[in-house]
Amino acid sequence: MRKALAVARKEFWQIVRDRRTLMILLFVPAFFLMLYGYALNFDIRHVRLAVMDREHNTDSRELLASFVNSTYFDIVATPTSMSEIERMMNAGEIRAALVIPEGMSRDLRSGRVAAVQVLINGDNANTATTVFGYTLAIVRGVSARLQLQLAGGRGAAPPIAVEPRIWYNPELQSTLFLVPGLIGFIVMISCVVSTSLSIVREKERGTWEQVRMAPIGTVSYVVGKTIPYFFVGLISAFMIIVAAMVLFNLPVRGSWPLLLFAVSLFIVGALGTGLLVSTLVDSQALAFLVGLLVSLLPTVILSGFIFPIASMPVPIRAISYVVPARYFLVALRGIVLKGIGFAMLADQFLALGVYAVVVLGLASVRLAKERG
Amino acid sequence: MPAVTVRDLTRRFGAFLAVDRVTFEVEEGEIFGFLGSNGAGKSTTIRMLCGLLKPSSGSALVGGIDVGRDPEAVKRRIGYMSQRFSLYELLTVEENITFFGGLYGLDDRALAERRAFVLDMAGLKGREHTLTRDLAGGWRQRLALGCAILHEPSILFLDEPTGGVDPVSRRQFWQLINQLSAKRVTVFVTTHYLDEAEHCHRLALMHAGRIAALGTVSELKSTFSTRAVVEVRTASPMAALRALDDLPTVEKTSPFGTALHVWLKPGERDTEPLRRRLEELGLAAESFEFVQPSLEDVFMDVVAREERAAV
Repeated sequence: MRKALAVARKEFWQIVRDRRTLMILLFVPAFFLMLYGYALNFDIRHVRLAVMDREHNTDSRELLASFVNSTYFDIVATPTSMSEIERMMNAGEIRAALVIPEGMSRDLRSGRVAAVQVLINGDNANTATTVFGYTLAIVRGVSARLQLQLAGGRGAAPPIAVEPRIWYNPELQSTLFLVPGLIGFIVMISCVVSTSLSIVREKERGTWEQVRMAPIGTVSYVVGKTIPYFFVGLISAFMIIVAAMVLFNLPVRGSWPLLLFAVSLFIVGALGTGLLVSTLVDSQALAFLVGLLVSLLPTVILSGFIFPIASMPVPIRAISYVVPARYFLVALRGIVLKGIGFAMLADQFLALGVYAVVVLGLASVRLAKERG
Repeated sequence: MPAVTVRDLTRRFGAFLAVDRVTFEVEEGEIFGFLGSNGAGKSTTIRMLCGLLKPSSGSALVGGIDVGRDPEAVKRRIGYMSQRFSLYELLTVEENITFFGGLYGLDDRALAERRAFVLDMAGLKGREHTLTRDLAGGWRQRLALGCAILHEPSILFLDEPTGGVDPVSRRQFWQLINQLSAKRVTVFVTTHYLDEAEHCHRLALMHAGRIAALGTVSELKSTFSTRAVVEVRTASPMAALRALDDLPTVEKTSPFGTALHVWLKPGERDTEPLRRRLEELGLAAESFEFVQPSLEDVFMDVVAREERAAV
């Protein structure tokens, strides 16, 4: 234990002295969060909208007000002809146009379906889909209100059941859904890359050989080597969480100790992965590449971070079972967004624990073999 | 009891025989040199003696302990320093000492005492807080030596310890090694610098996994050079070199500084044919002198002999 502490202390000195690497480990993750948090934002605001209102009455004004109040749209023009709309769309002055035809109120009041035309620039399919979703939600909201008013006016007919679920809930911010994934992704990368580099660097410099000549057990060495990175990983993870709370209003609805437990368990697994990588390669450049590959790709693609696991083909879904981020994400979203407790997440914790034990075991066996 | 006893030590890597039935003994306090070209099996032998590599067969007792059976116990008793002076560059002098002390399980009091000793020995007093990265080669080498002997090992392994170090530092280093040897520390050195080998009490020449020759420096020189070496000084050495090479009594020639060395065939002692030949060509020779073969001559000789025997 004394020897493990000697290793941990040395590693800590090295980390502290290597300011640049330390800054990278601590601050780049938070920076990444801002970058990805804003870039990966699927919400779109302030869509430039042109409005051609041919009805000019209270109903049409209510519809327009709903668009403006949603904050998703800014009315930037009020063209008077379709050709004008076309010109603006082509010039990129507007992304969407709303055309309210003459006779909308008449149709509404006589029980017919009132058609409202929405034109959306489809050159970016994702944006178009999102804008379409907003439009649909707003129009449905208004029509539901109108229907209620109409029904109330007549007194007898029950309010018409409007689609109760909304495709794109304007209140569901995608950032909140993405931030836990980002935390997992960033923690995984920084832990795997930093540990694998730290060991491979020793191999390159020859200090590894010196340490192998000393009477220290593999387990003591590995424990000593990973302790400082564990704390660096932990600090960096919590900096991301705090940054997410400040920047994206991420709520932490569950308990902090449980959050600490989940993050710790995940970090241990990530450190084990880094150790394992370091036993497989002999150069820092290769360690960096392999580290990035084994942490980045599965964490982004196979963890449910962006692409839902349920919609993956069966063989791919099978692979996702060995990706620790998959379990971490469920646990993190559960704790942070839903505020659920240990019992409901026991399976995820168990999976993370098993992963950590297996990779650390494999890494120890391989390190022991390397020591001769 | 000898400090190191090696019997028929053998190591195979697949079909390749890296070390082939090596047998030797090293006495306590002896400076024992291992000489050989790259790939001769020096490193493999050292790695087995340090407990890093299991022998395929044969045995090695280091400090009385069987390396094959208890490598960890051997590690506690030996010190090791490699040619790369494996220190942590981002750590200060003192932090490096503290780390290696901790690695060998020294307690605080022992560490304080040994730290003072090492700083004094390496001449690093007042530089405790200098980053190792900023130390010149000679200081670094002495610090690496100091870190290797923090736990007061009775046997010290030095793997090509003076590469890339200036001659003054190299001399200081060998003084330290001699002091250790005087305190009964056994020093085991591998090198391919022949001048460095002259510092060793005894030398083992390794070639193709075997010990080709073993003895003191003067023993090796007298046993292995039955052929006379004549140092010829002349105004035009290159022309003389070509002229003498063809003579029937000459085995080979080679330039040696501004002069040339001429190996006579075994049994030949006469310099007359050399003189006549040079006079025929109008190349005046200033002197003909029998010289002691250098260690390099011995080494080349041994290698040539082993290779002839292998055919």
